[in-house]
Amino acid sequence: MSEMIAVNDLVKNYGEFCAVNHISFTVPEGKIFGFLGPNGAGKTTTIKMLTTVLDPTSGKILVNGHDPTREQKQVRRSFGIVFQDPSLDDELTAYENMDLHGILYGMPHSERKKRIDMLIDFVGLADRKKNFVKEYSGGMKRRLEVARALLHKPRILFLDEPTIGLDPQTRNHIWGYIQQLSKEENVTVFFTTHYMEEADRVADDVAVIDHGKIVAQGAPGELKERTKSATLEDAFIALTGHAIREEEATSADRMRMMGRVWRGAGRR
Amino acid sequence: MKAIYILCMRQLKRYIRSPARIVGSLGQPILFLVALGFGFRAMFARAGGGNYLNFLAPGIISMAILFNAVFSGIEIIWDRQFGFLKETLVAPVSRLEIVFGRTLGGAIVAMAQGAVVFVICLIAGFRIENSLLLPVAIVFMFLIALLFTSIGTAIGSVLQDMQGFPLIMNFLVMPLFFFSGALFPATGLPKALQFALRLNPLTYGVDGLRGSLSNTYAFSMATDFIVLSILTAILLAIGSYFFSKIQL
Repeated sequence: MSEMIAVNDLVKNYGEFCAVNHISFTVPEGKIFGFLGPNGAGKTTTIKMLTTVLDPTSGKILVNGHDPTREQKQVRRSFGIVFQDPSLDDELTAYENMDLHGILYGMPHSERKKRIDMLIDFVGLADRKKNFVKEYSGGMKRRLEVARALLHKPRILFLDEPTIGLDPQTRNHIWGYIQQLSKEENVTVFFTTHYMEEADRVADDVAVIDHGKIVAQGAPGELKERTKSATLEDAFIALTGHAIREEEATSADRMRMMGRVWRGAGRR
Repeated sequence: MKAIYILCMRQLKRYIRSPARIVGSLGQPILFLVALGFGFRAMFARAGGGNYLNFLAPGIISMAILFNAVFSGIEIIWDRQFGFLKETLVAPVSRLEIVFGRTLGGAIVAMAQGAVVFVICLIAGFRIENSLLLPVAIVFMFLIALLFTSIGTAIGSVLQDMQGFPLIMNFLVMPLFFFSGALFPATGLPKALQFALRLNPLTYGVDGLRGSLSNTYAFSMATDFIVLSILTAILLAIGSYFFSKIQL
C-alpha cells in the first residue's frame, strides 16, 4: 500500500464552531509528515479523529487502509501515539506502564519483556525502570511515552508535539531514532510541532493548518520557495499571519489546578 | 480477557500503594460507628430494638463500600484529565473490556475497604450471628460494590471535570446512605420516606448484609438478592453504555 493515511474532505464541528473545515491530505508509507499550525488550529482534533477517539462530523479517513469509525481495532493496532498531554499512570512504575501497554496490545510475554527492555534502554531509562513514574521529570516521562508508543511495532507513529519540554540532546536522540525507524522499518510518522526548525529538518512533507483549514502543503523547501522565506518559520508566519491565538483554558487545565488543591503535595 | 485482568490489577495496585487513601476513607465510617453506635445504644435498647451496634455495623460496612465504590467509578474523571484514559481508549481492546476491568477493579477495592471496616466493627464489639452465613455476606458486599462502582462509572463517563463532585456527594451519595435503612430500621416510617427507601438500591444491600450478619431482615434474603442482582446488571449496562460513548 502506498498511502498510509488518506483524509478526504474531513470536517469536525463543535456546535457552531468548526474546528476542522474540509481538509484533505495523504501521507505515503514510510514518510515523515509534519502537521503544523498555530494554537487552536485543529491539529489535535485531527489527530483524535485519525486515532479513533473522536468521530468526524463528515468526511472520509483511511488509516492503514481502515476506517477509524468502523474498523477501530484494525486502525488501533496500526498506530502508536505520543499524546500532547501526559498519558502515563503516575502510580505505576515505568516498567509496569510498558507492560500494561504490551498486554493491552496482546503481545506475548517473552516478546513483550524483550522489547520493553530494549526500548527502555534505548530511551536511557534502564536504571530507572523500577521507579514510579511520579518520580520522573517531564523529559523522562516523554521519553518513556515514546518508548511505549513503539512497543507494539506500529506501522504509523502519531506524535502530538512530542518534543515539548525536552532538552536538545533528548530531542536529537529521539528524532534520530524516529528517522532511522522510518527509513529502516518503513514506519510512517505523523507529527505536530511548534518548532519549525525541527519540522524543516525531519519532515519529508508538511501541511500548514490554520482556523481548521489547510493553507499550504508540500515539502518544507517548496513552502519556503513559494513564500520566498529563508526559514520554515518565516514561511509559517507568512502563511498564518502574526496574530497571536487565544485558546480557551480547557477543562483539563482547570482540573490540574483543582487536583493540586485537592490532593495537596503528597499524593501525586 | 487479559485486558480486563490487567486493568483490574491496576486498580488494586493503586489502592494498595496509597495507604493515605485507605486510612483517610476510614475516618467517616469510624465516626458514624462510634458516635451513633455508642450514642444511641441505650436509647435503641430501651425502645426494644436490641443491640444497636449489631444493627448499625452492617449499615456502616455498606456505607464504606458505597463511598469507595462511587469514588472508584468517578476516578475515570481523573484518568481522563490526567491522561491515562487515552492510553486505554486507543488500545485495540473493546470499550466493554476496559469498562469491565475498571469496574471490577473498583468494586474489589471498595469491598476491601468494606472488609477493613468490618474488622473495625468487630473490634468495636460487633458480633455476627452465624458465621456460616459469612459467604452470603460477602456476596452482598460484592453486589453493593459492583452496583455503586457502576453508578460511579456512569457519572464519571458523563462528567468532564470534578466541578460536579460536591453535587454528587451531597445530592446522591449522602441521601443514598441516609435513606437506606443503614442507621434506622426500614419499618414504621412515614409513607413518603418508606417509599424513598424502597426505591434506593442500597436499602436492599444493607438489608441483605444485615440479614446475613445480624439475622434481622426487613425484606428477605431472596428478595434482597434478586432485587440487588437485577439492579446491578442494569446499572453495569448503563455504566458501560456511557463509557462506550466517551469521546476525547
